[in-house]
Amino acid sequence: MAVLMQQELNDLKKRLLALGAEVEGRVRQAVQALLTGDRALAETVKGGDAQIDNLEIELEEECLKVLALHQPVATDLRFIVSILKINNDLERVADFAVNIAERAIDLSGAIKIACPYDIARMAELVEQMLKMALDSLVDKDTDLARKTIQLDDDVDEMHKENFAKVKEAIKADLTYIDGLVYYLSISRYLERMGDLATNIAEDVVYQVDGEIIRHGGIQTCL
Amino acid sequence: MSEFKVDNPVLEVEDLRFYYGDSRAIHGVDIAFPEKQVTALIGPSGCGKSTLLRCFNRMNDLIDISRVEGKVLLDGQNIYDKRTDIIELRRQVGMVFQKSNPFPKSIYENVIYGLRIAGEKDKSLFDERVETSLKGAALWDEVKDRLHDSALGLSGGQMQRLCIARAIAVNPKVILMDEPCSALDPKSTARVEELIGELREDFTIIIVTHNMQQAARVSDNTAFLFEGNLIEYGLTDQLFVKPQNKQTEDYITGRFG
Repeated sequence: MAVLMQQELNDLKKRLLALGAEVEGRVRQAVQALLTGDRALAETVKGGDAQIDNLEIELEEECLKVLALHQPVATDLRFIVSILKINNDLERVADFAVNIAERAIDLSGAIKIACPYDIARMAELVEQMLKMALDSLVDKDTDLARKTIQLDDDVDEMHKENFAKVKEAIKADLTYIDGLVYYLSISRYLERMGDLATNIAEDVVYQVDGEIIRHGGIQTCL
Repeated sequence: MSEFKVDNPVLEVEDLRFYYGDSRAIHGVDIAFPEKQVTALIGPSGCGKSTLLRCFNRMNDLIDISRVEGKVLLDGQNIYDKRTDIIELRRQVGMVFQKSNPFPKSIYENVIYGLRIAGEKDKSLFDERVETSLKGAALWDEVKDRLHDSALGLSGGQMQRLCIARAIAVNPKVILMDEPCSALDPKSTARVEELIGELREDFTIIIVTHNMQQAARVSDNTAFLFEGNLIEYGLTDQLFVKPQNKQTEDYITGRFG
Protein backbone atom coordinates (compact mmCIF):
# COMPACT_ATOMS: atom_id res chain seq x y z
CA MET A 1 0.00 0.00 0.00
CA ALA A 2 2.62 2.52 1.08
CA VAL A 3 4.97 1.44 -1.72
CA LEU A 4 2.22 1.94 -4.27
CA MET A 5 1.54 5.40 -2.96
CA GLN A 6 5.25 6.27 -2.99
CA GLN A 7 5.34 5.38 -6.68
CA GLU A 8 2.38 7.66 -7.29
CA LEU A 9 3.99 10.47 -5.33
CA ASN A 10 7.24 10.10 -7.27
CA ASP A 11 5.27 10.28 -10.48
CA LEU A 12 3.53 13.48 -9.33
CA LYS A 13 6.87 15.03 -8.51
CA LYS A 14 8.30 14.08 -11.91
CA ARG A 15 5.31 15.64 -13.64
CA LEU A 16 5.63 18.81 -11.58
CA LEU A 17 9.34 19.13 -12.32
CA ALA A 18 8.68 18.60 -16.01
CA LEU A 19 6.08 21.38 -15.88
CA GLY A 20 8.54 23.57 -13.98
CA ALA A 21 11.26 23.06 -16.58
CA GLU A 22 8.79 23.79 -19.37
CA VAL A 23 7.61 27.01 -17.68
CA GLU A 24 11.18 28.16 -17.01
CA GLY A 25 11.87 27.70 -20.73
CA ARG A 26 8.82 29.78 -21.68
CA VAL A 27 9.90 32.62 -19.42
CA ARG A 28 13.39 32.57 -20.92
CA GLN A 29 12.00 32.59 -24.46
CA ALA A 30 9.53 35.39 -23.71
CA VAL A 31 12.27 37.58 -22.26
CA GLN A 32 14.55 36.78 -25.17
CA ALA A 33 11.82 37.61 -27.66
CA LEU A 34 11.34 40.92 -25.88
CA LEU A 35 15.01 41.83 -25.73
CA THR A 36 15.73 40.88 -29.33
CA GLY A 37 12.39 41.92 -30.87
CA ASP A 38 11.93 38.37 -32.13
CA ARG A 39 8.25 38.22 -33.08
CA ALA A 40 8.38 34.62 -34.23
CA LEU A 41 9.73 33.48 -30.87
CA ALA A 42 7.08 35.56 -29.11
CA GLU A 43 4.40 33.88 -31.19
CA THR A 44 5.81 30.47 -30.25
CA VAL A 45 5.49 31.31 -26.55
CA LYS A 46 1.95 32.56 -27.09
CA GLY A 47 0.94 29.52 -29.06
CA GLY A 48 2.40 27.06 -26.57
CA ASP A 49 0.31 28.11 -23.61
CA ALA A 50 -2.41 25.52 -24.23
CA GLN A 51 0.17 22.80 -23.70
CA ILE A 52 1.05 24.22 -20.27
CA ASP A 53 -2.63 24.46 -19.40
CA ASN A 54 -3.07 20.79 -20.29
CA LEU A 55 -0.12 19.76 -18.16
CA GLU A 56 -1.56 21.72 -15.25
CA ILE A 57 -4.97 20.07 -15.55
CA GLU A 58 -3.51 16.58 -15.91
CA LEU A 59 -1.30 17.04 -12.86
CA GLU A 60 -4.21 18.32 -10.80
CA GLU A 61 -6.30 15.32 -11.80
CA GLU A 62 -3.48 12.97 -10.84
CA CYS A 63 -3.17 14.68 -7.43
CA LEU A 64 -6.91 14.30 -6.80
CA LYS A 65 -6.72 10.66 -7.78
CA VAL A 66 -3.95 9.95 -5.27
CA LEU A 67 -5.83 11.87 -2.57
CA ALA A 68 -8.99 9.86 -3.19
CA LEU A 69 -7.39 6.46 -3.58
CA HIS A 70 -4.60 6.57 -0.99
CA GLN A 71 -5.81 9.09 1.57
CA PRO A 72 -2.32 10.28 2.42
CA VAL A 73 -1.49 11.85 5.77
CA ALA A 74 1.35 13.86 7.33
CA THR A 75 4.32 14.45 5.02
CA ASP A 76 2.56 12.75 2.07
CA LEU A 77 -0.51 14.92 2.50
CA ARG A 78 1.57 18.09 2.70
CA PHE A 79 3.48 16.95 -0.37
CA ILE A 80 0.34 16.65 -2.46
CA VAL A 81 -1.16 19.89 -1.17
CA SER A 82 2.05 21.72 -2.05
CA ILE A 83 2.13 20.12 -5.49
CA LEU A 84 -1.43 21.27 -6.16
CA LYS A 85 -0.50 24.82 -5.22
CA ILE A 86 2.83 24.92 -7.03
CA ASN A 87 1.13 23.47 -10.11
CA ASN A 88 -1.26 26.40 -10.08
CA ASP A 89 1.56 28.91 -9.49
CA LEU A 90 3.60 27.55 -12.38
CA GLU A 91 0.65 27.79 -14.73
CA ARG A 92 0.25 31.43 -13.80
CA VAL A 93 3.95 32.09 -14.33
CA ALA A 94 3.47 30.70 -17.83
CA ASP A 95 0.52 33.07 -18.32
CA PHE A 96 2.77 36.01 -17.47
CA ALA A 97 5.34 34.69 -19.94
CA VAL A 98 2.59 34.84 -22.56
CA ASN A 99 1.76 38.41 -21.49
CA ILE A 100 5.41 39.37 -21.91
CA ALA A 101 5.45 37.72 -25.33
CA GLU A 102 2.37 39.72 -26.31
CA ARG A 103 3.99 42.96 -25.22
CA ALA A 104 7.12 41.92 -27.14
CA ILE A 105 4.95 41.69 -30.25
CA ASP A 106 3.35 45.07 -29.49
CA LEU A 107 6.72 46.69 -28.92
CA SER A 108 8.24 45.27 -32.07
CA GLY A 109 5.61 47.20 -34.04
CA ALA A 110 6.00 50.49 -35.77
CA ILE A 111 7.17 52.79 -33.00
CA LYS A 112 10.52 51.73 -31.64
CA ILE A 113 11.35 53.02 -28.22
CA ALA A 114 14.05 52.20 -25.70
CA CYS A 115 13.02 50.86 -22.30
CA PRO A 116 13.62 53.44 -19.56
CA TYR A 117 14.80 50.74 -17.13
CA ASP A 118 17.00 47.65 -17.26
CA ILE A 119 14.62 44.85 -18.31
CA ALA A 120 17.40 42.31 -18.73
CA ARG A 121 18.58 42.79 -15.15
CA MET A 122 15.11 42.42 -13.67
CA ALA A 123 14.29 39.42 -15.85
CA GLU A 124 17.54 37.77 -14.84
CA LEU A 125 16.73 38.17 -11.17
CA VAL A 126 13.21 36.79 -11.62
CA GLU A 127 14.47 33.83 -13.65
CA GLN A 128 17.02 33.19 -10.91
CA MET A 129 14.24 33.21 -8.28
CA LEU A 130 12.24 30.75 -10.31
CA LYS A 131 15.23 28.47 -10.74
CA MET A 132 16.06 28.63 -7.03
CA ALA A 133 12.45 27.90 -6.07
CA LEU A 134 12.36 24.85 -8.34
CA ASP A 135 15.78 23.66 -7.15
CA SER A 136 14.61 23.98 -3.55
CA LEU A 137 11.64 21.81 -4.52
CA VAL A 138 13.85 19.15 -6.11
CA ASP A 139 16.23 18.99 -3.16
CA LYS A 140 13.68 19.71 -0.40
CA ASP A 141 16.10 22.52 0.51
CA THR A 142 14.35 24.96 2.83
CA ASP A 143 17.44 27.17 3.16
CA LEU A 144 17.41 27.76 -0.58
CA ALA A 145 13.63 28.30 -0.46
CA ARG A 146 14.05 30.96 2.21
CA LYS A 147 16.82 32.65 0.17
CA THR A 148 14.44 32.74 -2.80
CA ILE A 149 11.83 34.48 -0.68
CA GLN A 150 14.36 37.12 0.40
CA LEU A 151 15.14 37.99 -3.23
CA ASP A 152 11.54 39.04 -3.76
CA ASP A 153 12.22 42.29 -1.89
CA ASP A 154 14.82 43.22 -4.52
CA VAL A 155 12.36 42.52 -7.33
CA ASP A 156 9.66 44.57 -5.63
CA GLU A 157 12.12 47.41 -5.17
CA MET A 158 13.10 47.27 -8.84
CA HIS A 159 9.45 47.42 -9.88
CA LYS A 160 8.95 50.48 -7.76
CA GLU A 161 11.95 52.18 -9.33
CA ASN A 162 10.81 51.16 -12.80
CA PHE A 163 7.44 52.70 -12.16
CA ALA A 164 9.09 56.01 -11.27
CA LYS A 165 11.32 55.84 -14.36
CA VAL A 166 8.42 55.11 -16.70
CA LYS A 167 6.46 57.95 -15.14
CA GLU A 168 9.36 60.34 -15.70
CA ALA A 169 9.72 59.21 -19.30
CA ILE A 170 6.01 59.74 -19.96
CA LYS A 171 6.15 63.18 -18.37
CA ALA A 172 9.16 64.06 -20.50
CA ASP A 173 7.59 63.05 -23.82
CA LEU A 174 4.01 61.88 -24.37
CA THR A 175 4.74 60.70 -27.92
CA TYR A 176 5.75 57.23 -26.76
CA ILE A 177 3.12 56.72 -24.11
CA ASP A 178 1.86 53.40 -25.53
CA GLY A 179 5.28 51.81 -25.58
CA LEU A 180 6.10 53.14 -22.14
CA VAL A 181 2.90 51.72 -20.70
CA TYR A 182 3.81 48.36 -22.27
CA TYR A 183 7.17 48.53 -20.51
CA LEU A 184 5.46 49.33 -17.23
CA SER A 185 3.21 46.28 -17.72
CA ILE A 186 6.25 44.12 -18.35
CA SER A 187 7.83 45.28 -15.11
CA ARG A 188 4.58 44.39 -13.39
CA TYR A 189 4.50 40.90 -14.98
CA LEU A 190 8.04 40.23 -13.85
CA GLU A 191 7.23 41.45 -10.37
CA ARG A 192 4.23 39.10 -10.23
CA MET A 193 6.42 36.22 -11.41
CA GLY A 194 8.71 36.98 -8.48
CA ASP A 195 5.68 36.75 -6.17
CA LEU A 196 4.75 33.36 -7.63
CA ALA A 197 8.32 32.08 -7.24
CA THR A 198 8.02 33.23 -3.63
CA ASN A 199 4.78 31.25 -3.25
CA ILE A 200 6.48 28.16 -4.61
CA ALA A 201 9.35 28.58 -2.16
CA GLU A 202 6.87 29.03 0.70
CA ASP A 203 5.15 25.82 -0.29
CA VAL A 204 8.48 24.01 -0.29
CA VAL A 205 8.98 25.12 3.33
CA TYR A 206 5.44 23.91 4.14
CA GLN A 207 6.03 20.59 2.44
CA VAL A 208 9.28 19.93 4.29
CA ASP A 209 8.74 21.55 7.69
CA GLY A 210 4.93 21.63 7.89
CA GLU A 211 5.20 25.33 8.65
CA ILE A 212 3.03 27.87 6.85
CA ILE A 213 5.23 30.95 6.49
CA ARG A 214 3.00 32.78 4.01
CA HIS A 215 1.99 36.25 5.30
CA GLY A 216 4.31 35.58 8.25
CA GLY A 217 1.99 32.77 9.49
CA ILE A 218 -1.25 33.29 11.46
CA GLN A 219 -1.35 36.79 12.93
CA THR A 220 -2.07 36.79 16.64
CA CYS A 221 -3.47 40.32 16.93
CA LEU A 222 -6.05 41.27 14.33
CA MET B 1 7.61 12.60 23.84
CA SER B 2 6.21 16.11 23.62
CA GLU B 3 4.04 17.11 26.55
CA PHE B 4 0.32 17.21 25.77
CA LYS B 5 -1.69 19.05 28.40
CA VAL B 6 -5.14 17.68 28.98
CA ASP B 7 -7.97 19.64 30.61
CA ASN B 8 -10.41 17.85 32.93
CA PRO B 9 -8.83 14.41 32.82
CA VAL B 10 -11.22 11.63 33.83
CA LEU B 11 -8.71 8.87 33.59
CA GLU B 12 -5.04 9.42 34.41
CA VAL B 13 -2.39 6.81 33.90
CA GLU B 14 0.86 7.16 35.82
CA ASP B 15 3.97 5.18 35.01
CA LEU B 16 1.97 2.12 34.05
CA ARG B 17 3.97 -1.05 33.53
CA PHE B 18 2.30 -4.28 32.54
CA TYR B 19 3.81 -7.74 32.56
CA TYR B 20 2.77 -11.03 31.02
CA GLY B 21 4.80 -13.33 33.26
CA ASP B 22 8.38 -12.07 33.06
CA SER B 23 7.97 -10.16 29.87
CA ARG B 24 7.02 -6.54 30.10
CA ALA B 25 4.45 -5.43 27.52
CA ILE B 26 4.02 -1.82 28.62
CA HIS B 27 7.03 0.15 29.76
CA GLY B 28 5.93 2.99 31.97
CA VAL B 29 3.18 4.87 30.16
CA ASP B 30 1.90 8.24 31.37
CA ILE B 31 -1.25 9.48 29.70
CA ALA B 32 -4.41 11.37 30.69
CA PHE B 33 -7.78 11.19 28.94
CA PRO B 34 -9.92 14.34 28.83
CA GLU B 35 -13.56 14.24 29.80
CA LYS B 36 -16.19 13.87 27.06
CA GLN B 37 -13.70 13.56 24.27
CA VAL B 38 -12.73 10.68 22.03
CA THR B 39 -9.16 9.50 22.25
CA ALA B 40 -7.81 6.96 19.79
CA LEU B 41 -4.98 4.57 20.58
CA ILE B 42 -3.11 3.57 17.44
CA GLY B 43 -0.03 1.52 16.72
CA PRO B 44 1.09 -1.66 14.98
CA SER B 45 -0.09 -5.08 16.13
CA GLY B 46 1.54 -6.04 19.38
CA CYS B 47 2.38 -2.48 20.40
CA GLY B 48 0.34 -2.83 23.59
CA LYS B 49 -2.65 -0.69 22.75
CA SER B 50 -5.28 -3.32 23.57
CA THR B 51 -3.34 -4.37 26.67
CA LEU B 52 -3.26 -0.76 27.77
CA LEU B 53 -6.98 -0.35 27.11
CA ARG B 54 -7.78 -3.44 29.15
CA CYS B 55 -5.81 -2.01 32.08
CA PHE B 56 -8.41 0.76 32.36
CA ASN B 57 -11.15 -1.48 33.72
CA ARG B 58 -8.89 -4.26 35.03
CA MET B 59 -9.92 -6.66 32.30
CA ASN B 60 -6.37 -7.98 32.44
CA ASP B 61 -7.06 -9.31 35.93
CA LEU B 62 -8.57 -12.28 34.12
CA ILE B 63 -5.12 -13.27 32.88
CA ASP B 64 -3.43 -15.22 35.70
CA ILE B 65 0.16 -14.52 34.82
CA SER B 66 -0.34 -10.78 34.34
CA ARG B 67 0.91 -8.11 36.71
CA VAL B 68 0.42 -4.34 36.78
CA GLU B 69 2.63 -1.65 38.30
CA GLY B 70 1.89 2.05 38.39
CA LYS B 71 -1.42 3.80 38.75
CA VAL B 72 -4.65 4.26 36.83
CA LEU B 73 -6.67 7.04 38.43
CA LEU B 74 -10.38 7.30 37.76
CA ASP B 75 -11.51 10.66 39.09
CA GLY B 76 -8.39 10.67 41.21
CA GLN B 77 -8.89 7.18 42.71
CA ASN B 78 -6.40 4.46 41.84
CA ILE B 79 -8.40 1.59 40.35
CA TYR B 80 -5.62 -0.83 41.35
CA ASP B 81 -6.20 -0.02 45.00
CA LYS B 82 -7.05 -3.14 47.02
CA ARG B 83 -10.40 -1.67 48.07
CA THR B 84 -11.63 -1.18 44.52
CA ASP B 85 -14.98 -2.82 43.80
CA ILE B 86 -14.36 -4.38 40.39
CA ILE B 87 -18.05 -4.63 39.50
CA GLU B 88 -18.51 -0.94 40.26
CA LEU B 89 -15.33 -0.11 38.33
CA ARG B 90 -16.63 -1.92 35.25
CA ARG B 91 -19.94 -0.13 35.60
CA GLN B 92 -18.08 3.16 35.48
CA VAL B 93 -15.68 2.06 32.76
CA GLY B 94 -17.68 0.12 30.19
CA MET B 95 -16.30 -1.80 27.29
CA VAL B 96 -17.24 -2.65 23.71
CA PHE B 97 -15.28 -5.40 22.03
CA GLN B 98 -14.08 -6.16 18.52
CA LYS B 99 -16.64 -8.91 18.06
CA SER B 100 -20.08 -8.01 19.31
CA ASN B 101 -20.99 -10.30 22.19
CA PRO B 102 -24.69 -10.02 23.00
CA PHE B 103 -25.99 -12.50 25.53
CA PRO B 104 -28.34 -15.21 24.21
CA LYS B 105 -31.27 -13.32 25.62
CA SER B 106 -33.77 -10.80 24.34
CA ILE B 107 -32.75 -7.36 23.17
CA TYR B 108 -34.48 -5.93 26.23
CA GLU B 109 -32.68 -8.25 28.68
CA ASN B 110 -29.33 -7.50 27.06
CA VAL B 111 -29.72 -3.78 27.66
CA ILE B 112 -30.75 -4.08 31.32
CA TYR B 113 -28.31 -6.86 32.16
CA GLY B 114 -25.95 -4.51 33.97
CA LEU B 115 -28.78 -3.03 36.00
CA ARG B 116 -30.06 -6.47 36.97
CA ILE B 117 -26.70 -7.69 38.24
CA ALA B 118 -26.40 -4.46 40.22
CA GLY B 119 -29.60 -5.58 41.99
CA GLU B 120 -32.02 -3.21 40.31
CA LYS B 121 -35.62 -4.48 40.11
CA ASP B 122 -37.70 -1.45 39.10
CA LYS B 123 -39.61 -2.36 35.91
CA SER B 124 -40.37 1.25 34.96
CA LEU B 125 -36.67 2.12 35.31
CA PHE B 126 -35.86 -0.84 33.04
CA ASP B 127 -38.34 0.34 30.41
CA GLU B 128 -37.03 3.86 30.53
CA ARG B 129 -33.38 2.78 30.40
CA VAL B 130 -34.00 0.39 27.49
CA GLU B 131 -35.51 3.19 25.46
CA THR B 132 -32.90 5.84 26.27
CA SER B 133 -29.98 3.44 25.81
CA LEU B 134 -31.23 2.08 22.51
CA LYS B 135 -31.93 5.60 21.34
CA GLY B 136 -28.47 6.61 22.52
CA ALA B 137 -27.02 3.74 20.51
CA ALA B 138 -29.10 4.72 17.45
CA LEU B 139 -30.86 1.36 17.46
CA TRP B 140 -34.28 2.16 18.93
CA ASP B 141 -36.14 2.77 15.68
CA GLU B 142 -34.92 -0.53 14.28
CA VAL B 143 -35.84 -2.72 17.25
CA LYS B 144 -38.59 -0.97 19.22
CA ASP B 145 -41.24 -3.40 17.94
CA ARG B 146 -39.29 -6.52 18.77
CA LEU B 147 -37.61 -5.78 22.08
CA HIS B 148 -38.36 -9.25 23.37
CA ASP B 149 -36.92 -11.05 20.36
CA SER B 150 -33.55 -12.72 20.70
CA ALA B 151 -30.60 -10.38 20.30
CA LEU B 152 -28.92 -13.06 18.24
CA GLY B 153 -31.32 -12.36 15.38
CA LEU B 154 -29.87 -8.89 14.82
CA SER B 155 -27.39 -8.04 12.06
CA GLY B 156 -23.70 -7.65 12.94
CA GLY B 157 -23.91 -3.87 12.96
CA GLN B 158 -27.08 -3.93 15.06
CA MET B 159 -25.49 -6.35 17.55
CA GLN B 160 -22.53 -4.04 17.96
CA ARG B 161 -24.86 -1.10 18.58
CA LEU B 162 -26.77 -3.26 21.07
CA CYS B 163 -23.50 -3.86 22.92
CA ILE B 164 -22.98 -0.10 22.96
CA ALA B 165 -26.53 0.32 24.32
CA ARG B 166 -25.74 -2.26 26.99
CA ALA B 167 -22.56 -0.39 27.89
CA ILE B 168 -24.30 2.98 28.22
CA ALA B 169 -27.36 1.60 30.08
CA VAL B 170 -25.44 1.60 33.37
CA ASN B 171 -24.42 5.19 32.80
CA PRO B 172 -20.64 4.79 32.75
CA LYS B 173 -18.11 7.61 32.84
CA VAL B 174 -15.78 6.04 30.33
CA ILE B 175 -16.42 3.70 27.41
CA LEU B 176 -13.52 1.61 26.14
CA MET B 177 -13.82 0.39 22.57
CA ASP B 178 -11.48 -2.27 21.26
CA GLU B 179 -11.64 -2.29 17.45
CA PRO B 180 -15.43 -1.86 17.55
CA CYS B 181 -15.83 -1.72 13.77
CA SER B 182 -13.31 -4.23 12.52
CA ALA B 183 -15.99 -6.88 11.94
CA LEU B 184 -18.51 -4.49 10.38
CA ASP B 185 -19.22 -3.56 6.78
CA PRO B 186 -18.62 0.06 5.65
CA LYS B 187 -22.22 1.12 6.20
CA SER B 188 -22.43 -0.27 9.73
CA THR B 189 -18.98 1.16 10.40
CA ALA B 190 -20.17 4.61 9.34
CA ARG B 191 -23.19 4.19 11.63
CA VAL B 192 -21.03 3.29 14.63
CA GLU B 193 -18.60 6.11 13.86
CA GLU B 194 -21.48 8.56 13.72
CA LEU B 195 -22.68 7.14 17.02
CA ILE B 196 -19.27 7.67 18.61
CA GLY B 197 -19.57 11.32 17.63
CA GLU B 198 -22.91 11.51 19.46
CA LEU B 199 -21.78 9.56 22.52
CA ARG B 200 -18.95 11.95 23.19
CA GLU B 201 -21.54 14.49 24.33
CA ASP B 202 -22.07 12.36 27.43
CA PHE B 203 -19.16 9.96 27.76
CA THR B 204 -15.40 9.85 27.64
CA ILE B 205 -14.42 7.41 24.93
CA ILE B 206 -11.13 5.60 24.41
CA ILE B 207 -10.95 3.64 21.19
CA VAL B 208 -8.34 1.22 19.93
CA THR B 209 -8.29 0.99 16.17
CA HIS B 210 -6.12 -0.41 13.43
CA ASN B 211 -7.87 1.77 10.94
CA MET B 212 -5.99 5.04 10.91
CA GLN B 213 -8.55 6.83 8.80
CA GLN B 214 -11.08 5.85 11.44
CA ALA B 215 -8.90 7.24 14.21
CA ALA B 216 -8.56 10.43 12.20
CA ARG B 217 -12.31 10.66 11.60
CA VAL B 218 -13.70 9.91 15.04
CA SER B 219 -11.18 11.10 17.61
CA ASP B 220 -10.25 14.41 19.19
CA ASN B 221 -6.91 13.13 20.41
CA THR B 222 -4.65 10.37 19.23
CA ALA B 223 -1.97 8.43 21.06
CA PHE B 224 0.59 6.45 19.10
CA LEU B 225 2.10 3.44 20.85
CA PHE B 226 5.04 1.40 19.73
CA GLU B 227 6.61 -1.59 21.45
CA GLY B 228 4.91 -0.80 24.74
CA ASN B 229 5.88 2.87 24.80
CA LEU B 230 3.77 5.94 24.25
CA ILE B 231 5.57 7.64 21.37
CA GLU B 232 3.35 10.60 20.65
CA TYR B 233 0.11 11.96 22.06
CA GLY B 234 -1.67 15.02 20.75
CA LEU B 235 -4.61 16.54 18.95
CA THR B 236 -5.70 14.24 16.13
CA ASP B 237 -5.75 16.93 13.48
CA GLN B 238 -2.19 17.92 14.34
CA LEU B 239 -0.90 14.39 14.62
CA PHE B 240 -2.19 13.45 11.17
CA VAL B 241 -1.02 16.62 9.43
CA LYS B 242 2.24 17.33 11.19
CA PRO B 243 3.38 14.63 13.60
CA GLN B 244 6.22 15.65 15.89
CA ASN B 245 7.90 12.28 16.02
CA LYS B 246 9.63 10.47 13.16
CA GLN B 247 8.29 7.07 14.27
CA THR B 248 4.73 8.42 14.28
CA GLU B 249 5.27 9.87 10.82
CA ASP B 250 6.66 6.58 9.52
CA TYR B 251 3.77 4.61 11.00
CA ILE B 252 0.89 6.77 9.82
CA THR B 253 2.35 7.16 6.34
CA GLY B 254 2.90 3.40 6.07
CA ARG B 255 6.71 3.60 5.88
CA PHE B 256 7.16 1.41 8.90
CA GLY B 257 9.93 -1.15 9.25
